[in-house]
Amino acid sequence: MSTVATTIFSPELAARFDHLVTIYPLKRSALIPMLLYAQDEIGYVSDAVVHELAARLDLFDLDVRNVLSYYSMLRTAPAGKYNVQVCTNISCMLRGGYEILDHCKATLGISHKGVTRDGLFSLEEVECIGACCWAPAMQVNYDFHDDLTPVKVDQILDEYRRGQGKDVK
Amino acid sequence: MPDVNFIVDGKQLTAPAGTLLIDACKASGIEIPAFCYYPGLSLQAACRMCVVRIEKLPKLQTACTTPVAEGMVIQTETPEIAQARKATLQLLLGNHPLDCPVCDAGGQCELQDMTFKYGAAESFYAEPKNHREEQKWSPVVYFDRPRCILCYRCIRMCGEGMDVFALGIQNRGASSIIAPNIPASESPDALAHVDCEQCGMCIDACPVGALTSGTYRYKTRPWEMNHVATVCTHCGDGCKTTLGVRATTDGTEIMRGDNRDKSGINGDFLCNKGRYAFDFANSEDRLTKPLVRQPDGVLKPVSWEVALDHVGKKLRELRDTRGGRSIGVIGGNRLTNEEAYLLQKFARTVLGTNNIDHHRTADYVTFARALAGKGARAASQRDNQTAPAILLIGGDPSNQNPLTAWNLRTDVRINRARLYVANSGEIKLRRQAKAFVQLAPFGYDAFASYLAGDDAAATGALEGGDATKLTSFRDALRAEQSLVILIGSELRGRALETLIEFGLTLPNTKFALLSDYVNSRGAADMGLLPDMLPGYVPVSAPGTFSEYNAPSAGADLKAPGFDLLETFDAAARGELSALFVVGANPVARYGVDPASLKNTFVVVQEMFLTETAALADVILPASNLYEKSGSVTNSYGDLQQVNKAGDRAGVRSDFEMIVRIADKMGAHIPSLIPFGKGLRADMGQTRGAQSGEADRHAVWLTANNLEPRVSPFDPSAILDEIQRLVPGYDLLRLQLISGNDQHLSPPADLVQIQTAAPRRDLVLPANDTLFTSGTLGRYSPMLNDLQAFESRRSEQLNQTAAD
Repeated sequence: MSTVATTIFSPELAARFDHLVTIYPLKRSALIPMLLYAQDEIGYVSDAVVHELAARLDLFDLDVRNVLSYYSMLRTAPAGKYNVQVCTNISCMLRGGYEILDHCKATLGISHKGVTRDGLFSLEEVECIGACCWAPAMQVNYDFHDDLTPVKVDQILDEYRRGQGKDVK
Repeated sequence: MPDVNFIVDGKQLTAPAGTLLIDACKASGIEIPAFCYYPGLSLQAACRMCVVRIEKLPKLQTACTTPVAEGMVIQTETPEIAQARKATLQLLLGNHPLDCPVCDAGGQCELQDMTFKYGAAESFYAEPKNHREEQKWSPVVYFDRPRCILCYRCIRMCGEGMDVFALGIQNRGASSIIAPNIPASESPDALAHVDCEQCGMCIDACPVGALTSGTYRYKTRPWEMNHVATVCTHCGDGCKTTLGVRATTDGTEIMRGDNRDKSGINGDFLCNKGRYAFDFANSEDRLTKPLVRQPDGVLKPVSWEVALDHVGKKLRELRDTRGGRSIGVIGGNRLTNEEAYLLQKFARTVLGTNNIDHHRTADYVTFARALAGKGARAASQRDNQTAPAILLIGGDPSNQNPLTAWNLRTDVRINRARLYVANSGEIKLRRQAKAFVQLAPFGYDAFASYLAGDDAAATGALEGGDATKLTSFRDALRAEQSLVILIGSELRGRALETLIEFGLTLPNTKFALLSDYVNSRGAADMGLLPDMLPGYVPVSAPGTFSEYNAPSAGADLKAPGFDLLETFDAAARGELSALFVVGANPVARYGVDPASLKNTFVVVQEMFLTETAALADVILPASNLYEKSGSVTNSYGDLQQVNKAGDRAGVRSDFEMIVRIADKMGAHIPSLIPFGKGLRADMGQTRGAQSGEADRHAVWLTANNLEPRVSPFDPSAILDEIQRLVPGYDLLRLQLISGNDQHLSPPADLVQIQTAAPRRDLVLPANDTLFTSGTLGRYSPMLNDLQAFESRRSEQLNQTAAD
């Protein structure tokens, strides 16, 4: 069953998935892109997402969960509206990545993988996001912010808090 | 494959090309340790314990993934290798709790053995251990996460071996864990569970104590038990189960069931019933005192002497006043061959009746007749492991004969066997099938006719499907050169004959008829039938059994007696003076009206107060298959030895009770049980066929180098007689007593009797699931727990579906 009767996804995404399962020699190869797209739309990989993807790919739920739990960028609980991902890999670390992370923790009052009470922000310490030339860097949803200092971070977070930040999906 | 030569530790070895180094070494007695490698499952190379040095290769290689090659020179035990293995152990022990003194696996743990061998006792890892509470995944499967060494054996066993896929690996690196298929987020009690067949194979495969069994955990230690290998009492597959037993105040308690030495017909395999459902033997509800119904209608415990005396006197009186034909006998499917044989001999020679039957779960009479004189055409359970092609018609082995299902899956997976499945239901084995046809609900007879060439029968076999599928199915079968046909109990009588006739037109076909209980086949083989003597010898032409001369005068034992239903009809008419039931519960199984037995003297030998026992005038507390010795025949005709494992004060074996009742009836015991050195020859004192006969049994014993048995309670005495008289039971003693299975073919020279009326079809399949086992299963707490667990799960599923 590569199409499902009732889908939890938007018609566009459902159509995209219908196509996705047809383009790989093995259907299950479509699992990882599908997980990512599903997470972008739903916000996280819920049990309902697991059921539908398993049904679409003729897999057991367990197979989906096995893959899902392997990847740290896939999450099974809702993140904040703005997911702040601070890089602490080598270049960022040398240029003060941990200070940025600690500053975020102090400002937002949450730690790694935490979500603020109002659900506005969540914080993650992540591996290299490919912005080494402009370290230290962080990513808010899919938007990059680089050459950071604690002051700059405050400005950025404030912009998002006021709803003026870029919200790239 | 051609053989290749290679050198291991200076020894020149030879093995077929493609053999894995670890297997080649094992075959030559060189042990290479491994945690993740498990014969028959896919390769993982996860544990790095099997590393060896192969000359000309820069790094140590894993023996479990390296095929042997010509000229290879291998070292398996050098200081370098020992150091590598020690380092591996240090990593594994980094977060291992080292609770060996309480762990179930302590004493039989592969990690313990390896640590003992390579040392790694002192750890460089000084941080506190990362502890996690144990999880109860089901009533029988518990998981202790910190003990897990991530060898993946359980995952592969569950997926590849069982085709269940209930276990997976989640997260990654040091935080990897084994995860069951119902996550906490989807479980109403917010705890992770397994939705599976509860076979316990994951526990068996676990090299450490990470997976433990609900029945055994924290109860005892392996070295505190005696281990007795016997045959599981549940389905007709006849798996060997090794029971761990320990003495208690009132006998010997069975603590554990597993397939410890993997030496039986079942190899690695054991299902949940063989592994856990021995606990009925330890039940508090067991009868341990003989009960006799008093004139006021109350069952009162009495001494054995009083009870047996009462039964003997009463049966003798009823036989003498109302005739043997007024007495009915019903035997069980879990008796040993010796007991079943003795019971029918007792019925025929002491009670003087052919009114003997059992709960038939497959039509073995037709099966034996159809194969008579056709050579070695009966399949053994072992044929399922290697057959190139198998046809399964009817039955549902995954639920009713789990070992058969396991063997079929393994044969398909490892030998690429072609499995053909025809069934009215979508049974699970269709997933392994090369071809599957779904028959109409009662389409088996038509399907058999269709296979035999009657194209018109296709419409009856299918429910509106297209007949082209049937055609290709039949064509594929006809092209098979060596086919094993497994037949479910749905096929009986004429349809069974038709199917076997079809099979016999193909070359090298072998057949097996699946039945439901451990000795269903044996009960039929041993003549618990109103019209058949042991070995399917018709009562009208007793042949070798003519030495059975009925002592009770006037009994015409050449006419078939009442079958099970006729017996109860006779009771309802008031014509049944006595009913003797041994290990059976016909009242519940056949819905017998209790009132019909009110004028019948009912004697029941039983473990529990079943529906039948509740109606009895005398209940004699019986031991079960785990508490006696003897032999049983599985549904394929594989004969195996049963050994006494458990014991319960107060109960007696069915064998002993029958002998004692016969004695109390005044029967001549040496003719019932051939024991002792006394001369049974007829020196010409009598007239008739037996006049001047030698003591045939003694002559036979001498010819077979056997000593006479010293006790009338020794089942081997009856085994001697079975071997001497029963066609097809030409068994090998050494094979039997060394605990091996041997395949018995139906007798080659069966007398073909043309009966005017076709035999009545009295087959009533038990339709047991993985979590039921007839009346006996109701008294197994673990089976009840599993049923409750399963029904809670399906309730939730239904609820979710309704939402």
